[in-house]
Amino acid sequence: MTIDRETDQPFLEVSGLSVQFGSQPVLRDIELSVWRGETLAVIGESGCGKTVLLKTMIGLIRPTEGHVTFDGKRLDSLSDKELTHERGRFGYVFQNAALFDSMTIAENVAFPLQQNRGLSADEARDTVVERLAEVGLPASILEKKPAQLSGGMRKRVGLARALVMKPEVVMYDEPTTGLDPIMSDVINELIIRTRQQHSVTSIVVTHDMKNAMKVSDRIVMLYPLARLDVHEPQIIFDGVPAQINKAADKRVTQFVRGEAGERLMEMREQQAVGR
Amino acid sequence: MSSAPTMPTADPAPRGGPVMALADWVADLGAVTIRWVETLGDMSLFALSTVSWLMTRLPRRDTLVVSLYNIGVLSLPMVALTGTFIGMVVAVQSYAEFRAFGFETRLGAMINLSMCRELGPVLAATMLAGRVGSAIAAEIGTMRVTEQIDALASMGANPIQFLVVPRLLGCLLMIPSLTVMAIFMGVVGGAFYCIYILNIDSYHYWSNSQQAVANWDLFYGVFKSVFFGAVIAIVSCYRGFHCAPGAEGVGRAATAAFVMSFVFILILDLNLSIALDAVHDTIWPRMTGGAL
Repeated sequence: MTIDRETDQPFLEVSGLSVQFGSQPVLRDIELSVWRGETLAVIGESGCGKTVLLKTMIGLIRPTEGHVTFDGKRLDSLSDKELTHERGRFGYVFQNAALFDSMTIAENVAFPLQQNRGLSADEARDTVVERLAEVGLPASILEKKPAQLSGGMRKRVGLARALVMKPEVVMYDEPTTGLDPIMSDVINELIIRTRQQHSVTSIVVTHDMKNAMKVSDRIVMLYPLARLDVHEPQIIFDGVPAQINKAADKRVTQFVRGEAGERLMEMREQQAVGR
Repeated sequence: MSSAPTMPTADPAPRGGPVMALADWVADLGAVTIRWVETLGDMSLFALSTVSWLMTRLPRRDTLVVSLYNIGVLSLPMVALTGTFIGMVVAVQSYAEFRAFGFETRLGAMINLSMCRELGPVLAATMLAGRVGSAIAAEIGTMRVTEQIDALASMGANPIQFLVVPRLLGCLLMIPSLTVMAIFMGVVGGAFYCIYILNIDSYHYWSNSQQAVANWDLFYGVFKSVFFGAVIAIVSCYRGFHCAPGAEGVGRAATAAFVMSFVFILILDLNLSIALDAVHDTIWPRMTGGAL
């Protein structure tokens, strides 16, 4: 699918977005557009506000300033009930899967179908088995509880649950964090396959560069506000994966290569102050 | 280019003197008051949203049945047991005073009236706040911490409609039965102690009770209990929804749910009692002379 950024309307658009928790600002004046069919990776170090940005995009967090527009509708202008309905068009894969631990795997994956389409557990069963098979999980886990599964399996169940309603946008929050390298690659392949099979728009929040480079066709890098001057933009890179290694900004290349740089110096200074 | 992080400036040199201490105290008091008013307002909006979802769509039958079972059936033995003991304790505490005036046979009237109007509903509500309220806050708090509430919202389910409405209905529908059970067992416990331990004449015990306790008194207790049930569900769910991260946050939410519910129960109890007495006096103007 080709994307024409000049003429096409963005599918999801973030304008002048700021988020503050109490007295702590997390996001400041973010401008970001996502086009239909695109896979965008949002990278950045821990605590820079990636997850907050993702949750604000789906209306789980209300912005302090600015707004999010999804398919031409401003999320802040929607009532609670309309927003709940619009969220049905999204699939969200949570960092720790966020499976309902009081329910079985079958009930977890069937939940969106029961909630939005009023299907019974029996009616939803075939779809549940199909979605679990898509993420490489056998039907034998249907009656298990989330606590009985490994981290990688839970994450795949989370992905199956996010895909069960055939969403238009899938959001992945740190999909490979805490997984072994093999399972991380399995998840990467699943993200790519999901995009190919269901033609979804994907937003992947990650600090795993291998994950970002493999699955995305555009990367945006966020920088922590605490390390920025008042007038500096928080998005310090926006481009295709091939460009990121050659970025002029040292902060970007340091992150991509995993170099601590002046952070080591800062740490030593703080240790000296502490003594 | 990036710059060093802007650290919050430390508080200047410590202030001293009684005037400054008083100023600090007033400032702290103001801050606490503002926080309370904010919480109260936030909780009212939460309650309004819950009522709005209750009107829009009733919860699924299986969700509601689980809620009714957890809140009502599982609380019943504890409420019955404590009700029985409260009835007996009131008999023990009042016996000497009543005996001094030769009013032993009137003990039943006093025990049964106080069980119906005050002790039954407050006891059932306290047990519900302790057993169910804390559990609700801990369960919803854990769901908040592990992003399960966000997961609900992301899948087109409204967390208030899915989590709060069934619990509110559970408390509203079950607390009258629990109150009736607490009253009944209190009456049984009091009667058992008075008749079989203190050897008070059973005929006079029951006939005096019958004269003193009217249907209104039973309604009085059950009516108040519905409000207590609502406040327990709303406060506990609210504390769970606003749970701070981590195990400590969940623990605090559970404790705060009980403490806050209990405070609200007592405040409501006083206000409802005054209001119900006023209603009673309007409908049936009070005669001079007491019932006892």
